[in-house]
Amino acid sequence: MDKVIYMDHSATTPVDPRVLEAMLPYFTQSFGNPSSLYTLAQDAAKAVDEARDKVAKALNCRSSEVVFTSGGTESDNTALRGAAFALQHAGNHIITSAIEHHAVLHACEWLEKRGFEVTYLPVDRDGRVDPKDVAQAITGKTILVSIMYVNNEIGAVQPIVEVSRIVKERAQAEGRNIVMHTDAVQAAGWLDLDVKKLGVDMLSLSAHKFYGPKGVGVLYVKRHTPFEAQGLGGSQERNRRAGTENVPGIVGTGVALALAEERRPSAVAHCARLRDRLIEGLLSIPGTRLNGHRTQRLANNVNVSFEGVEAESVLLNLDFAGVCASSGSACSSASLEPSHVLVGIGLAPHIAQGSLRLSLGPENTDEEVDRVLSLLPGIVAKLRAMSPVGEPTR
Amino acid sequence: MPFYSPLVQEHLRNPRNVGEMPGADAIGVDENPICGDVTWLWVKIQGDLIARVTFKTRGCPAAVATSSACTEMVTGMPLATARRLTAANLAQAVGGLPPAKVHCSVLAIGALHKALAAYERARHPGS
Repeated sequence: MDKVIYMDHSATTPVDPRVLEAMLPYFTQSFGNPSSLYTLAQDAAKAVDEARDKVAKALNCRSSEVVFTSGGTESDNTALRGAAFALQHAGNHIITSAIEHHAVLHACEWLEKRGFEVTYLPVDRDGRVDPKDVAQAITGKTILVSIMYVNNEIGAVQPIVEVSRIVKERAQAEGRNIVMHTDAVQAAGWLDLDVKKLGVDMLSLSAHKFYGPKGVGVLYVKRHTPFEAQGLGGSQERNRRAGTENVPGIVGTGVALALAEERRPSAVAHCARLRDRLIEGLLSIPGTRLNGHRTQRLANNVNVSFEGVEAESVLLNLDFAGVCASSGSACSSASLEPSHVLVGIGLAPHIAQGSLRLSLGPENTDEEVDRVLSLLPGIVAKLRAMSPVGEPTR
Repeated sequence: MPFYSPLVQEHLRNPRNVGEMPGADAIGVDENPICGDVTWLWVKIQGDLIARVTFKTRGCPAAVATSSACTEMVTGMPLATARRLTAANLAQAVGGLPPAKVHCSVLAIGALHKALAAYERARHPGS
């Protein structure tokens, strides 16, 4: 097989060799528990502090506002449950969108079973939440708003600055607290993570999406945000997340986020150009639909549907040729239901089944784009020749 | 262990007996209304044997592979034997399916049984 072409960076990324190198001493040499008092352990504690400083710099926040978790899912779960329970005396209403990651949606459903009420805002055909809908959905009982920064399937960037402003103005006018959270898992390395500009109280990240290790996440919790810790135990992370710190993982996260911020302008420019080439090439295949906005989308995201073709069969054929991509369809889960995101932007279920996501990274090249564009028309044609259309004849 | 067995992959790479069959004795259509996957199966019968089968499927690799394997398996098979085939037989024929994909094997078997039933109805009208 030819060299593998990796175009699934929204699923995960490889660990950057510089990140791995920074992590290694904390497995076998400076392996101490950061809570211990001896010098060996204090090396680990210092490394965690330095990583926290690096993350704080990328987010433009205080180091004390950075909580390390086990990943994006824990960050999202903790943000929603932590804020909802801390504010349950003030109200029980939560606002989110219909196209959030399941780490947010399933946390919302869990909260609904425990007496909270959730409004799932619709999105337009490009996958964007309308800030006016947020304003209309806020009631006297609203305590939490969680809208993702950018959607993981179709790359739709959400108007977080406007949403935060609406939420905060309303809360201030009524003299109460409404916590604003954003799931920024797909934004790191692509969009500005400055929490002051975004105006959010909480923000979730996942290290393996930006060339860091798997199993580490970040939850930014702004000072004075009502928050009830979810994991119970030791006093780590200023009582916001119990459990011995994943020292190597946290060290890697700090380095990875600093590197991601450093290369962000060049990565965005490079990938947006490759993305536009891919989109243009794919749309020349008849019966192809671009999901999400043509230009108002994350620099690395391409999502298309091929009429009459199921996505997983496209994926497996791409894999035969050494190309790693992803489908927007959730049919590999037992639910059979097509992607809630693609249904959310108005696609019929059978079109949503045909959706292919290619997510780029800075190491992708023009030659790789050429190769993918040369492969896909043949794959789609082969599957369409196999696909029943109209009425059967004999 | 890959998500899909080597046999599923092989059938997707080189699906057998794809296409419409002019002069078929019967056609069976089955579809999954939730995921939208569809299988059409054409059968040619000679005496008590299935002489030839072709298919068209729009679906995931599991649906395509079990359709393809079904056409191979039942070619030359007595009608009575083919009527007793189950989705599990087809899943087995492609080296097993991931648990979440077992439901995809019902399309091909459904289309086969419908085609055979249609053939019987055509042979014995009114029965």
